[in-house]
Amino acid sequence: MSTQTIPPNGRTSYNFPDAKGKFGIYGGKYVPETLISALDELEKLYEQAKLDKEFNDELDALQKEYNGRPTPLTFAKRLTEHFGRAKIYLKREDLCHTGAHKLNNALGQILLAKKLGKTRIIAETGAGQHGVAAATVCAKFGLKCVVYMGEVDIERQKLNVFRMKMLGAEVVPVKSGSKTLKDATNEAIRDWVTNVSDTHYIIGSVVGPHPYPMLVRDFQSVIGEEAKEQIKEYENKLPDYIVACVGGGSNAMGIFYPFISDEKVKLIGVEAGGYGLNSGKHCATLTLGEPGIFQGMKTYLLQDQYGQISEVHSISAGLDYPGVGPEHSLLKDIHRVEYFSVTDDEALDATLLLSKLEGILPALETAHAVAHLNTLMPKTNKKETAIVNLSGRGDKDLNTIISKIGDKIL
Amino acid sequence: MTKISSYIEKVNQANRKALSIFLTAGFPAKENFVELALSVLENGADMLEIGIPFSDPLADGPTIQQSSQTALENGVNMKDVFSFCEKIKSKTDKPLILMGYANPIIKYGTKNFCEDALNSGAVGLIVPDVPIDEYESFYTNDFNNFEKILLTTPASSDERIKEIDKKGEGFVYCVSVTGTTGTRTNFDEHVLKNLERTYSLVTKNKMLIGFGISSPENIKTFLPFCDGVIVGSAVIKKINEDYKALPEFIRTLNNACELR
Repeated sequence: MSTQTIPPNGRTSYNFPDAKGKFGIYGGKYVPETLISALDELEKLYEQAKLDKEFNDELDALQKEYNGRPTPLTFAKRLTEHFGRAKIYLKREDLCHTGAHKLNNALGQILLAKKLGKTRIIAETGAGQHGVAAATVCAKFGLKCVVYMGEVDIERQKLNVFRMKMLGAEVVPVKSGSKTLKDATNEAIRDWVTNVSDTHYIIGSVVGPHPYPMLVRDFQSVIGEEAKEQIKEYENKLPDYIVACVGGGSNAMGIFYPFISDEKVKLIGVEAGGYGLNSGKHCATLTLGEPGIFQGMKTYLLQDQYGQISEVHSISAGLDYPGVGPEHSLLKDIHRVEYFSVTDDEALDATLLLSKLEGILPALETAHAVAHLNTLMPKTNKKETAIVNLSGRGDKDLNTIISKIGDKIL
Repeated sequence: MTKISSYIEKVNQANRKALSIFLTAGFPAKENFVELALSVLENGADMLEIGIPFSDPLADGPTIQQSSQTALENGVNMKDVFSFCEKIKSKTDKPLILMGYANPIIKYGTKNFCEDALNSGAVGLIVPDVPIDEYESFYTNDFNNFEKILLTTPASSDERIKEIDKKGEGFVYCVSVTGTTGTRTNFDEHVLKNLERTYSLVTKNKMLIGFGISSPENIKTFLPFCDGVIVGSAVIKKINEDYKALPEFIRTLNNACELR
């Protein structure tokens, strides 16, 4: 199987985005006029590139030889026994080069940037995983890299800041607003508005203006395509459940997308519940938000009564975002994906559970998906199978984990 | 002719370019904002652009971001903005224009927003995160009585500028440089070439140049390529640095708009 074939259209009636970059009423291009020509140029180039054999061959080779794809689908024997219900498989994106699914997208976009003749790359990052991925591809292809990162995130994801700098990237601390992912994204967009002629913006998730939600999804859908083949080999059938965490939502779109037309496969997105849904300090955008316009897209948002964007909270920097990819908004409205949330504490517990039972330390983002198994598993039976998208590894989170539950571990 | 363009025409006929001044609503304080706005008008602004504060102003540089943040901390909301407009409008015939990002407007409800804004005396609307590509999806019939002011930038193709001129009302807002709002020290020859290009393509509407204009010298440079100029960040900066010098600053900007 090619690791980077053109994704299927999904449900026969499911063919999004439309020509205007809309997922139903969501998505679009709500950006300052300055960026429109760059977005149009990117869209045109991408439409050509995805049909271009040379482009796909180059990307396939990079995914295989540099990123380590295909990633394994691991049967989680002891985790399955722990719940005593459906068989649980883990799609091991934590084994990608750089430790998370983010590189799948960065590799695709750096090839586009080269074709566009851009010499400078900018990126936003929350957990630092996308920043590391962007810095990595820039090192490999010899392009200048500037990563915007909120000051709060710089503190809690220090290891990744060092990694980015070692890879030659400049990390710009963002001091505005909540000093997290949303503010880093604002700052990256402002940079792009200013330097659009020589700069390509590698957005790290399925967010922002068209064509980003589409092209990031397409580059990430290699996850779902592989998982589909792999689960058929093990089980000779499709899975009953797929579970993934959702911040912006790129790992979730990546694993969901190739299964959208397989109506019997239940798709489950897990958002960050922070201190709890009643606390006002969470990132459960799809659970509690309402549609609005933010950072180039129409989508569900956490906002106050005046339409100001909320300051949100999650223990996981990668999920700490008040918006969500527009395709998730559509998938929620058409009830194709069901969205839940788990709290910071539940995610921390799940981190320990997976470490102890499977010898896998998940990223705090990923741990949200694992934690949802507590809710899901009792409703399943032994004949069923579930895949959890193990989007990243947790080494980067040791500082946070030690500060929160260090005494529990020692 | 629209209300705004006929006003600009009147100014131009008096042998000057129009001066539009941007203020963030409720900045630096809620209490004396109306007084500040009236003083700006009295000292030579031909029009006022009133910024509706937003938590995430993508198109703005640090100066206006900060002013927007302060306004939000001052507790300014949409109702306050309308109340400012109403009070200002009761003392002036000059056009009031609202500038605001899309989300607070749709959250308020576009029908209610338009009714309340127009009743408060605003005539024009600028939404920097709605390009012509989203014109139809954003500007529903609710906005029919608003003069919808659209922006061009150096990155806009000739075709787009023509389309923007066609769809836009009030005036075309020509962004002088790529980038966010904020003062710049010099404008190179590419900038001027682009202004010349844009001015020649904008035929239906009046055209005002904005972004980066900070001094009478900047204004003089731009006069041949526009029907007026917009000054924002430099005014906010002046308010931050030397509030009392603002009237004098507005007067020097006004002087620079004279053609003689």
